[in-house]
Amino acid sequence: MNSLTAIASLLLAGILTNNMVLAKFLGICPFLGVSKKVNTALSMSIAVTLVMVISTAVTYPIYKYILSPKYEYLETVVFILVIAAIVQLIEIFLKKFIKPIYNALGIYLPLITTNCAVLGITMLNITNELSYVESLFNALAAGLGFMLAMLLFSGVRERLETAEIPEFLKGLPITLISASLVSLSFLGFAGIGG
Amino acid sequence: MQIFLPVIIVTVIGLIAGLGLALASKFMAVPTDEKQEKVRECLPGANCGACGYSGCDGYAAAVASGEAPPDKCAPGGSSTAVALAELLGVEVNTEPKVAFIACNGSAENTEAKYAYSGMMSCAAANLVQSGPMQCKYGCIGFGDCYKSCPFGAITMQNGRPVICKDICVGCGKCASVCPKSLISIIPKSAKVHVSCANKAKGVQVAKSCKVSCISCQMCAKNCPSGAIEIKDNVAVINYDLCTSCGKCKEVCKRNVIV
Repeated sequence: MNSLTAIASLLLAGILTNNMVLAKFLGICPFLGVSKKVNTALSMSIAVTLVMVISTAVTYPIYKYILSPKYEYLETVVFILVIAAIVQLIEIFLKKFIKPIYNALGIYLPLITTNCAVLGITMLNITNELSYVESLFNALAAGLGFMLAMLLFSGVRERLETAEIPEFLKGLPITLISASLVSLSFLGFAGIGG
Repeated sequence: MQIFLPVIIVTVIGLIAGLGLALASKFMAVPTDEKQEKVRECLPGANCGACGYSGCDGYAAAVASGEAPPDKCAPGGSSTAVALAELLGVEVNTEPKVAFIACNGSAENTEAKYAYSGMMSCAAANLVQSGPMQCKYGCIGFGDCYKSCPFGAITMQNGRPVICKDICVGCGKCASVCPKSLISIIPKSAKVHVSCANKAKGVQVAKSCKVSCISCQMCAKNCPSGAIEIKDNVAVINYDLCTSCGKCKEVCKRNVIV
């Protein structure tokens, strides 16, 4: 029961309180770049969630059994290397076995190779000293949180398309302002779930 | 000595990842159609969808399998069609095409019917009494075509869209968004165009716009090759017969043919 409560609290915290994009400000580039339409935002977040969970599953043991305790400073280098390889591997795998998903995710998969949110979550799991199972759920929560942020923001941006925006705010300025407002709204969750 | 172990760790992990990927790409390689890849290389990659397929990849697959003709790529124009035809070993008839807006109703030539203050889009304005302009067949001027052009070939001048023939590739995106269906895709070589689409009778038309076709038949009667006929009270040029002699331009009293 206890572990169940811990996992529920992890999920809640990962999605709302410690939202990857809106509270930790990681993964801002896909957040701004691929949020123009709800459909593409959804594809991107599914890809990110998938990669987050799988890379956590792989990097955690590497850290625990190879790097720790003497070579912890290699964390960043090794994690980037491993994540990049995993993303490529997933791409090859999907292309061969699940073609529709490969077509739907398209260019988003390779883009994730350099996504800081993925590297961020794998490193945060280590820093927070979570167990293996907790890390996996934390990664899942971070992915779902990313999805929530992307969907909310893409909705806002689709609304912006038809809004009458002053000339000097058109394009990126209004996007950044609305991003900050969405982020501000997530401040309301601070303190819930820990 | 201290530096060696970390270097070895990173190298080994890198090697394992690299080998894994190499093996994966070898064993899970998807046999790709060579022809399809070659076709794809010939295409411009604008993914505009003018061919009617889902982007350049979809069209390449269709061309390679013989489903689609090689001349459907609008942005690539004749050079792409020729390259594709050569690749496939078929004959193709290519002529560059451009979009043309059949309305000349700028601010000097026509007037507003009412003051419109809704959403700045032709499609929306068209829903209110067929748009705010006097002529219910003419251009509304909120630039839906301008916004839709993936190549930046349309500019808004004096509240009216103007198509730059050199940039336009004739993809037809603008034609599909114009709520008045004013835009048609015509041969680039055409020298004469009827810039009016008003289907009403002569007197009414003359009242609503200074440069409107009143279906006086002058152009149709004077065309030496019989390429012009009046359909629904508007002159229509058949470009298969037109020789671009310019006779119609001279006889049109209302400057509709440009």
